[in-house]
Amino acid sequence: MIERIREEARERFAELGYPTTHNEEWRFTSVAPIARAEFAAARAAVSASGAQAGVKIAKLSEAPVEAYLARYARIDANPFVALNTANFEDGIYVHIARGAVVAEPIEIVIQSAANGHPTVSHPRLLVVAEEGSQATIVETYKGNGGAYFTNPVTELVAGDGAVIDHYKLQTEGARAFHVSTLQVQLGRDTNFRSHSLAFGGALVRNDVNAVLAEGSECTLNGLYLIDGAQHIDNHTAIDHAKPHAASHELYKGILEGHSTAVFNGKIFVRKDAQKTDAKQTNKNLVLSENAVINTKPELQILADDVKCTHGATIGQLDPEGIFYLQSRGIGLKDARNLLIYAFARDIVDRVKVAPLREQLERLLLEKLHGSRN
Amino acid sequence: MPLLEIKNLHATVAGREILKGIDLTINAGEVHAIMGPNGSGKSTLAQVLSGRDLYQVTDGRVTYDGKDLLELSPEDRAREGIFMAFQYPVEIPGVSNLYFLKAALNAARKHRGQPDLDAMDFLALVKDRMALMEMDQNLLNRAVNAGFSGGEKKRNEIFQMAVLQPRLAILDETDSGLDIDALKIVANGVNALRSPERAMIVVTHYQRLLNYIVPDFVHVLAEGRIVKSGGKELALELEESGYAEMVETA
Repeated sequence: MIERIREEARERFAELGYPTTHNEEWRFTSVAPIARAEFAAARAAVSASGAQAGVKIAKLSEAPVEAYLARYARIDANPFVALNTANFEDGIYVHIARGAVVAEPIEIVIQSAANGHPTVSHPRLLVVAEEGSQATIVETYKGNGGAYFTNPVTELVAGDGAVIDHYKLQTEGARAFHVSTLQVQLGRDTNFRSHSLAFGGALVRNDVNAVLAEGSECTLNGLYLIDGAQHIDNHTAIDHAKPHAASHELYKGILEGHSTAVFNGKIFVRKDAQKTDAKQTNKNLVLSENAVINTKPELQILADDVKCTHGATIGQLDPEGIFYLQSRGIGLKDARNLLIYAFARDIVDRVKVAPLREQLERLLLEKLHGSRN
Repeated sequence: MPLLEIKNLHATVAGREILKGIDLTINAGEVHAIMGPNGSGKSTLAQVLSGRDLYQVTDGRVTYDGKDLLELSPEDRAREGIFMAFQYPVEIPGVSNLYFLKAALNAARKHRGQPDLDAMDFLALVKDRMALMEMDQNLLNRAVNAGFSGGEKKRNEIFQMAVLQPRLAILDETDSGLDIDALKIVANGVNALRSPERAMIVVTHYQRLLNYIVPDFVHVLAEGRIVKSGGKELALELEESGYAEMVETA
């Protein structure tokens, strides 16, 4: 079965090729450096932990995944999904049993490395959370300082009433390319929260797509902190396919150096998705005159009895706030860092996994103290 | 040696001269009120002393505790014991009052070569000063000034001052916008901090505050100069005659 899927994906990618900036979806993100690089196929070191009562972790090749694998992340929509599907190494399958309340986070660590020459890997993850289950999934991406390309795809299927927290911590190496897709399919009355925390990589693109059912509640949190010549593009798409679903989205970015960021938030409200409640916010703190952010909401609303709001802000540190802190004895650099940290604070506070939250705090402080601000 | 000595201080904002030659000497233990009509330069003087970079000092000098004050960064002035209670305290979302106060207090201690204050001692100090200012302890975990009413913000300024225990406190129109109950609490806090080692500059437009914080000296500022100085009775005189007359006869 997998071979047939791969073959279709291979054909599809051959047709599509790498996207160019003429493609509206890739307008502000040129993947030319990926397209022209010659990568050797490599296998990222993937480790999974958190097997416990109610949780099964297996290799994709050894699991009954026909009903799910590649059914959600569509190869016709995104060339990189096709590329992953054609080439993925044996991925990880996580199954959470019906009604299981899983206390410990299930952690997947994907570690990439370039060994003297550029390498590419296509990690693949499938999470199936059965009806009424509750679990936390943490994906961590890291790698060495070489030029490598990580192209992961995660499909996450949540059954009716499931409560799922998904975290993705991306701390790739400084020269890495990272293009990822998280494809989420939610059942009725599910509660799903995604936290996308991005620090590393030279060229990064994240797609988070969620399809909601009746009564679903979907929260997408994001934080990106970039400097130097880093580029990050966060595309999210929330499909309110059914009525009475709510989505809350808050992405926050901190940009230094001559880094560039893109935020594109799509919200579809289908014709019968009445009583939809959707809120999207993207806030950016731009600390350098040379940093650039392109932020764009895209709302398509076909139902008439809905509440949809969106807002984007781009701001600098408040000089009044800095002076206020200085006037109390706090040094200029500490004052700036305190305000930057305060900006990111609400996203940090939403991280419920304590060790991950502490790691996130450390990463923030390291990045702040390492910068020239 | 006076604690603060201002000589012929001139300052501009955006090229416009606001302070046109201020002379003022303040000794430890004294409370000086600076009064004057709007636009006279009262707040500019307070801001220049605290190191706000919106203002350019174009002439004169300021000596604080034997040091050239104008050479010090705003944070070093604070660490050396200068505290300004802001006319418009700034909201700092995402930073709790508790964290902020601890950072401020320990920055000054580090400057003096002292170790960080023990967590229990810090909390005890903070709670004691909150009681003085009749503040709700829940405020400690709230973000600095965020969502505070005008009166709460002013009270929070004096609370910070009570925790940081400066040697020179500058109150910039701390009375503006306060109802009489809040004014009494603020004045009570300020009076509790009066001491022979500490000097205060109370900048105000209204005599009312000076009924509660009784100054040793009153100075009238008009068009960037001190036009009259006297004892506390000068404030009452002003209340009777108004600024216009005093400024004209000066």
